[in-house]
Amino acid sequence: MIGLRVVAAGAMTSIQDLGRHGWRHLGVPASGVLDPVAMQIANRLVGNATDAPVLEAFDGGLHLRAEGGAFRLALVGSVTAERRGADGRCPLAPWRSHLLAEGEEIRLLTCIGEQRCVTIAIAGIVVPNQLGSASTYVRAGLGGIDGRNLEAGDLVPATPADGHLERRLQQAPTPEAGPIRIVAGPQDDHFASAALGRLTSEEYRIGSDADRMGMRLAGPTLAHRDAASREIVSDATVPGSVQVPGNGLPIVLLADGQTAGGYPKIATVITADLPRIGTLRPGSAVRFAWVDVATAQAVARARADRLAALLRTIVECRGDFIAAEADLGRANIAGCAVNALDPSTWSPS
Amino acid sequence: MNDAMRLLPCGDGAVTIELGDVIDQQVLARVEALSAALREAASSGRLPGILDVVQTFRSVTLRYDPLVATLAEISAGIAEVQAGVRPDSGPAGKSWRLPVCYGGIFGPDLTAVAEATRFAPEAVGALHAAGHYRVAMLGFLPGFPFMDGVAPSLRLPRRVDPRLRVPSGSVAIAGPLTAIYPWESPGGWHLIGRCPLPLFDPARPRPALLAPGDRVRFFDIPPDRFAAIEQRIADGGLVPSEWHDAVSGETA
Repeated sequence: MIGLRVVAAGAMTSIQDLGRHGWRHLGVPASGVLDPVAMQIANRLVGNATDAPVLEAFDGGLHLRAEGGAFRLALVGSVTAERRGADGRCPLAPWRSHLLAEGEEIRLLTCIGEQRCVTIAIAGIVVPNQLGSASTYVRAGLGGIDGRNLEAGDLVPATPADGHLERRLQQAPTPEAGPIRIVAGPQDDHFASAALGRLTSEEYRIGSDADRMGMRLAGPTLAHRDAASREIVSDATVPGSVQVPGNGLPIVLLADGQTAGGYPKIATVITADLPRIGTLRPGSAVRFAWVDVATAQAVARARADRLAALLRTIVECRGDFIAAEADLGRANIAGCAVNALDPSTWSPS
Repeated sequence: MNDAMRLLPCGDGAVTIELGDVIDQQVLARVEALSAALREAASSGRLPGILDVVQTFRSVTLRYDPLVATLAEISAGIAEVQAGVRPDSGPAGKSWRLPVCYGGIFGPDLTAVAEATRFAPEAVGALHAAGHYRVAMLGFLPGFPFMDGVAPSLRLPRRVDPRLRVPSGSVAIAGPLTAIYPWESPGGWHLIGRCPLPLFDPARPRPALLAPGDRVRFFDIPPDRFAAIEQRIADGGLVPSEWHDAVSGETA
């Protein structure tokens, strides 16, 4: 087996793709990356199909070593990272691809700012699908490696890569500013009208209880219309559902969130803004703004157009690091380099 | 099917069709008929862009790709499908008799339930086993069946103190509902026994053992029988999805 060996797994690092759709009626959530835009850019940077599985890591800590060959990878996110090899260590830039030579390591150091999610694409990653997706869903042991988050010692299998042609995004997208947009309902009628105003006029913070299932928010409580409105006969939830239990503090459900629930849902975060809130670090401040469905759908289309435009700005560039002596020949840097002591390199390939 | 129906948007990628707000057999029958019709419309391509059709006690939620269909288009499609739905045209569902080992380490709340309902502990198991239940929906966890039909004399509110770890296979009750936990998870229901059949297996063509519309009854098995069934499943000698056919041989 060859691929990237997990030296240290970091926190909640898992294999994800665009998710598992069509199984929600059996209680199986979609899972999938919290940030599909980052995933598609990262995959394109390493030459994968945009829907190939990636590693999703939170903050620093993940540490990988190339085993059995060289592997091409790209980091996407506001993250600092370093490459460690025989020649020591050097910083490894996100938003472009890199070839990691056999035995070399990369290590995520820390995320800068309020986003704590890092997407790592690996060229030729091989992860089998379960129920149509490679996405890890820990609760039911689906996808990924044995249905769990990565652990030290795991091997993420991939196809070895070579060459010195890398890809980079000309300019990393600036994080979108402005409030997180929400659509009212499906149970906004279970809340006092003051609560609907409060949700958008006051500031909330991401609570410490935040993972791929959902995030609890801290801030002003939202009053239900009456005692009977604090619970509903269970109905379906979706990623983005903002449910409000009896204590009045909202919970935003994310990719691994349960498929049904008995708390009324005051609002739903729009698809385009779900990655923005879902990847925030606990303690980050967040504000909400109401939009209607037509606006939210126009925003979704605009975001798809923007992603397509962004993918077109990916350009090829030369690798900034000559990984190994043997690669000199393949890169054709020295005309036709051969190793005089090794006859197998004498004939041009 | 002209009874009250509300379309409740869930953001830009889903819409809930609410048919009621209570647990009720008539509402459930309408849910089953409508969700079967919507599923068929989605798979035949008449309703493009649908990702999921999720039924609950009293509603059907469609998840759709907002880049493929607008809410207006989805709403028009729902109205068209709904106009052609005949009441009680939902799937017939399978009938199951599932084994449960009541009480002891498998049902740590059986004694408390007996005290609260003023039954003898054995009577609680017997009463639960004798019920006729119907799978109303799957949710919360993959394969978790919400079944209604618990006898009024056995209905209790959820535990005040939810457990952090409910073992998989636990048979539980809360209010009018009974369920089997397919996975170890937190849970607030009263645990009265355990079922040895795995409820969810992604390797099966139908990963969830039970489906909405299925009818379920239970029968009491002693601990040694529980262990024997578990062993036969582990050995491959018993295929859980064929259990309902194997009932006559298994229950003698």
